[in-house]
Amino acid sequence: MKMPPFEYACPTSLSEAVKLLASHDGEAKALAGGQSLLPMMAFRVAQPTLLVDLRKLSGLGEIKISADGVRLGALVRWRDIEDDDRLDAAHPLLKAAIAHVAHYQIRNRGTVGGSIAHADPAAEMPGIAVACDAEIAVMGKAGARIIKAADFFLGALTTALQPDEIITEVRLPAWPASRRSGFQEFARRRGDFAMAGAALFYDLDKSGKASNAHVGVIGVGDRPRRLKPVEAVLNGSAIDEATIAKAAAAASAAVEPQEDIHASAAYRRSLTGTMVERALKSAAG
Amino acid sequence: MPVKFEVNGKPVSVDVEPRLTLADCLRHHLRLTGTHVGCEHGVCGACTVLVDGDAVRSCLMLAVQAEGAKVVTVEGLSNDDDLTPLQKSFRKHHALQCGFCTPGFITTAHALLTEEPDCDADRVREVLSGNICRCTGYIAIVEAVLDARSAYKKTTP
Ligand SMILES: Cc1cc2nc3c(=O)[nH]c(=O)nc-3n(C[C@H](O)[C@H](O)[C@H](O)COP(=O)(O)OP(=O)(O)OC[C@H]3O[C@@H](n4cnc5c(N)ncnc54)[C@H](O)[C@@H]3O)c2cc1C
Ligand code: FES
Ligand code: FES
Repeated sequence: MKMPPFEYACPTSLSEAVKLLASHDGEAKALAGGQSLLPMMAFRVAQPTLLVDLRKLSGLGEIKISADGVRLGALVRWRDIEDDDRLDAAHPLLKAAIAHVAHYQIRNRGTVGGSIAHADPAAEMPGIAVACDAEIAVMGKAGARIIKAADFFLGALTTALQPDEIITEVRLPAWPASRRSGFQEFARRRGDFAMAGAALFYDLDKSGKASNAHVGVIGVGDRPRRLKPVEAVLNGSAIDEATIAKAAAAASAAVEPQEDIHASAAYRRSLTGTMVERALKSAAG
Repeated sequence: MPVKFEVNGKPVSVDVEPRLTLADCLRHHLRLTGTHVGCEHGVCGACTVLVDGDAVRSCLMLAVQAEGAKVVTVEGLSNDDDLTPLQKSFRKHHALQCGFCTPGFITTAHALLTEEPDCDADRVREVLSGNICRCTGYIAIVEAVLDARSAYKKTTP
């Protein structure tokens, strides 16, 4: 469908962009890659009166890697992550997850900040942010603030972001070289949104037992979340077949999936266990 | 709003509403109807064009966002005298029937082969997974793209 009319602005500074977003009684929206917002507008799910194009804002398109971890500028595209070989070591879980995001043409435009702000419950980037305890840096009328990923996603397409706030950066904590991780998702067609997915990692202590386990799931429930009961199964145990089976069962028990045209709740519950099982096997292997 | 960009090597300037997609701008304002519009919400890939070398869905981009960009449409990937190697390969392998999806496959495959002339069948399938064809069953399209790789290898330095 054709989009309804709206105004368009393409500011060159962050402060100007924030001012524009604050100017339309909450009816203005940021435009990044447009790969979620424009379809939403075509469907009349979103009807902003002003689009504030972020493409001319400088400094938001960089991937910075340091001892503190990985910082993804809000305008970093899926394609940029895919092409950055440094991330194979600096954040293998991110790299593995982003390989599943959307299709070739969409990856050339879709951005990290757009995905975080859009907050689709099945999207990979929000899942990685929650699984990895990321911090989300935002700038608004009231100034800059940092929001923890765990506090950011409030429900399907609903976040802690104020209408005048722009995401500037997503910060992923440092990744030790010896860390084990796995990402698995199931979608009918490669690039489509997952029916269920798991993003997880753990560290191994000297005796070969897991510690610091983080297990995140996407596509089940109204937002990405960590599964503490599964993490409890993993922490202090060797990741062998028995532990993996216990963790998979705990994952199925811990989620409360929704039913929709793509899958029943029972199917998603079972699929979550399978995704956790496969992710643990790939992490251990 | 006035917008200036380049299409198939020629500068164009149009005056459009912000809500006009690049796809509709190309088709209705610039009369380049080779770019097809199937779904208008990013799922079918028929509207794929190249923007600064990247394959993108022109239904998910506003014309005003193309300001200053170099756009190449399927018209820009043909030449008047003869079929290009990619077009020849589509013909040889019967990679089209009704042809509605074909501009999207040609532009996408061109972007892929330009960047990755050595891609394997899995990569071709992965990249083409974003394009829908209701006629061919895809196998012929994958074969056509694989067969066209040699033409792109020669042109890369
Ligand atoms: C067919 C199809 C399949 C897809 N499959 C997947 C998939 O499998 N997994 C997946 O994760 N995604 C998928 N996507 C979505 C895609 O990844 C989007 O690119 C992404 O969700 C949004 O990024 P964007 O840059 O395009 O944001 P936009 O569409 O520009 O914006 C999305 C929302 O975020 C807001 N926003 C954007 N940037 C900022 C910012 N910096 N600060 C504050 N607010 C901001 C906008 O106002 C809007 O509300 C798919 C899309 C399509 C069309
Ligand atoms: S018309 Fe653009 S993807 Fe279908
Ligand atoms: S040839 Fe008819 S849709 Fe592909």
